[in-house]
Amino acid sequence: MLSCEKVTELCSQELERQLGIRERAAIQAHLMMCSGCTNFRKQMKILRRITHAYADGQAESVDSIDPSPKTGIGP
Amino acid sequence: MDSRIDAVEGIGADTLIALRSDMLRFAHLQVRNFETAEDLVQEAIEAALRNASSFVGASTLKTWVFAILRNRIIDHIRRADRTVNVSSLVDDGEEWQAQVEALFNKRGGWQGSARPVAWPNPEESMQNRQFWAVFEACLDHLPPSSGRAFMMREFLGLETDEICSQLQISTSNCHVLLHRARLKLRGCMQSGWGHPGANRC
Repeated sequence: MLSCEKVTELCSQELERQLGIRERAAIQAHLMMCSGCTNFRKQMKILRRITHAYADGQAESVDSIDPSPKTGIGP
Repeated sequence: MDSRIDAVEGIGADTLIALRSDMLRFAHLQVRNFETAEDLVQEAIEAALRNASSFVGASTLKTWVFAILRNRIIDHIRRADRTVNVSSLVDDGEEWQAQVEALFNKRGGWQGSARPVAWPNPEESMQNRQFWAVFEACLDHLPPSSGRAFMMREFLGLETDEICSQLQISTSNCHVLLHRARLKLRGCMQSGWGHPGANRC
């Protein structure tokens, strides 16, 4: 049985490469018994949606309510 | 530059300048250098003005301009000397060790409150300015090396192979960096946004 730590590694790697059959089976077996890792795996996909939206400029501009950017950069 | 713009309907220099601070913030996250970020944003704005006629309105103007900016950043990364800051890789590692220990117990199971809980619907939150402020703050707190690999992967859409060769690290190290970044970002988003019932400040 894989540990949660190992499962999170594989859940991250499945966003970079096609996992092997054994790896996928091991994840599935773990997820059936672990709500934490099930949430983690869903959240990896949510994070990807969020980052892609951000990179597309879909973030609601924070500047329109707050003139000083939090990162401290500006003209 | 103004005369060029006046010839094109729909896109004005004013509109682009209004996007400038968002663009700067985005570019700065990737290149971590204020002057370089300024140059890249300037190049992107000029390119957008030059090619304004190719904006067909199928996407929002901001999405279109951000696509131009992303391409400029990718070009910059490919052009730049492949200087790896080894010390920052090491720093990432040391800091990371303590954080991993806090997330998992000795047998690699989730430690107490680190265990992920279900998140609210992101689509709704993504309409919300506060949500993006949390996201940007969390990005800012990523360790430098893993943050860099993560943004190359997720924001610029580079394949892992290219990231490995740009950062001059092995594929497995690259996977480690990306995994670190995702663990950290997930934890940060959970406490800043995804924690049902938590007070939002």
